[in-house]
Amino acid sequence: MSTPLLTIEDVAVELPTPRGNLRAVDHVNLSLEAGRTLGIVGESGCGKTMLSRAILQLLPKKAKLTGRVMFDGQDLVRLAPEGLRRLRARDLAVVFQDPMTSLNPVLTIGTQLMETIQEHLELDAPAARKRSIELLAAVGIPAPEQRLAQYPHQCSGGMRQRIAIAIALSCEPKLLIADEPTTALDVTIQAQILDLLAREQRRRHMAMIIITHDLGVVAGRADEVAVMYAGRVVERAPTQALFKRMHMPYTEALLAAIPKLETAPHTPLPAISGRPPDPTRPLRGCSFEPRCRYAAGRCYEAKPELKAAETPEHLYACFHPIQMAEGIGA
Amino acid sequence: MMQLAVRDQPLLDVDNLVVEYGLGNKTVHAVSGVSLHVARGETLGLVGESGCGKSTLGRAVLQLRRAKSGRVLFDGEDLTAMEGEALRKMRRRVQLIFQDPIASLNPRRRIGDIVAEPLIIAGVKDASERKRRVHEVLSAVGLDPDLVAGRLPHEFSGGQCQRICIARSLVLNPEFIVCDEPVSALDVSIRAQILNLLEEMKTRFGLTLLFIAHDLAVVKAVSDRVAVMYLGRLCEVGPSEQLFAKPAHPYTGLLLEAIPVPDPDVRPVESVAIGEPPSPIAPPSGCRFRTRCPRADQRCSTEMPELREVVPGQFVACHHPLA
Repeated sequence: MSTPLLTIEDVAVELPTPRGNLRAVDHVNLSLEAGRTLGIVGESGCGKTMLSRAILQLLPKKAKLTGRVMFDGQDLVRLAPEGLRRLRARDLAVVFQDPMTSLNPVLTIGTQLMETIQEHLELDAPAARKRSIELLAAVGIPAPEQRLAQYPHQCSGGMRQRIAIAIALSCEPKLLIADEPTTALDVTIQAQILDLLAREQRRRHMAMIIITHDLGVVAGRADEVAVMYAGRVVERAPTQALFKRMHMPYTEALLAAIPKLETAPHTPLPAISGRPPDPTRPLRGCSFEPRCRYAAGRCYEAKPELKAAETPEHLYACFHPIQMAEGIGA
Repeated sequence: MMQLAVRDQPLLDVDNLVVEYGLGNKTVHAVSGVSLHVARGETLGLVGESGCGKSTLGRAVLQLRRAKSGRVLFDGEDLTAMEGEALRKMRRRVQLIFQDPIASLNPRRRIGDIVAEPLIIAGVKDASERKRRVHEVLSAVGLDPDLVAGRLPHEFSGGQCQRICIARSLVLNPEFIVCDEPVSALDVSIRAQILNLLEEMKTRFGLTLLFIAHDLAVVKAVSDRVAVMYLGRLCEVGPSEQLFAKPAHPYTGLLLEAIPVPDPDVRPVESVAIGEPPSPIAPPSGCRFRTRCPRADQRCSTEMPELREVVPGQFVACHHPLA
């Protein structure tokens, strides 16, 4: 096993709010090797975006971060601002959910692309322009030369996301974080964007983190999946193993709640009742307990730790795991 | 067909509806000759990509956007010919639920007042009667009226706000509700709760629904029949089960293929380079889908395909339908 490119060690993020401290990320451990894809799945407010901000060191000013984020041999938490700035655009890139707000509306696409390239790759203007055109062509934008002179509002949502990806890829990053990259897009465009990300990742041997609320998005595209709930990773496994056998009732419920094409119309959906707990009022027991149909005994008293199931790679945090092979767990 | 319509009149009958917007000196062809009907007690799902005109169609049904031509018959009466008081009266029977539940509630008003407002507009003067109705619908959508009536929208999550919007749409006892992407802004787990709630309300209050969404699986979960829309025109209409099992229009097939399957053994098919929909300002000649269609030929660029019945109940507008 090669050394991971990214290792998140015991990362916790707390945000002060008028109602008390909000524990957004609660002691998360993850690692990712070059060329691999990690999917982080969870509902709104589960801490998945805050975790990605913690990796990028883009947390709100008042946030308190503890733990270590080791990237390519350096601890990003302790890195000086100048070093971070260089690293962020070159080796660490990000694609956000909403391409309208992540692009500058008053600058042309060419300016935005060339700015990044010139700043970080030390190319002169004609070379940067040439490189921009190549990048736009690579992300599937027709007539890239004409696009350079256009503004973001002249492009569709799918085009804008392609441009945001082109900017993110412009400096050949080692890690790309895609935070809900297709949530704002139509299903046909979603498939194209996910294909594009997968293709560029293979070509560049990048590591990639896809953050999403849709298990369907990660199923065919991530090597490993981490399911988050109320700030914690509650199940983590290689994708194949996870979908074959889910141990955490939350993962099962999340998958069951997705409407399936095979199901007959008017079949009631197995919804998860209630909603996630208030992150400013931590529960004594398991945070999924109030919504869990298997909750009993210890679930009300203690937080289950992440532990290994059939293989050391498959981790779950539950006192009453489901679908366990005989002789393991419980 | 005509005789059948007279005998068993649909609650909503849209006939050759055309809606256009002016954009400078250009025209956006948002809805270009759509005909559909919804039977009493039925849910018709309307799917399509952003910009295909599905929301405009929903609004034109309610006369929130007036049509350029065509008719919207509701319970036998032509809404496009109605104005003023007559239209206001009719609107009590048809309601609308929007995509963004938080944006569609006034942040400065209390939930009880928000839900009571349609009653005030409809002229229900008796305050205790209004209170009784508000309590009834809030309980129906699974909220505790005594707890929520005095609170403000920001105190609620997106899913709860959508419940409040549904309560507001039910307070006048409507017969027909247009649901415009009611779950698109919600999380997977909350989405299932709201879809179940809509189904329950439909049965309980005997509603007829036009359910607009871009997610085919969501549409299938609640619809009896589904209409697929592309760039202002209908491509295909049919019973949900049949349409999903055997799509006849290449566009429907493409939409179905694009849905991510939550199963790692199903490798995502490399999406064919189909690009994006053309602009509704200058839609393609002939079949509007031809520029992205793998089956398109010369005929598709010159001759507009009409909706025709391929299997009983299933209609498709295509010169080269899927087998």
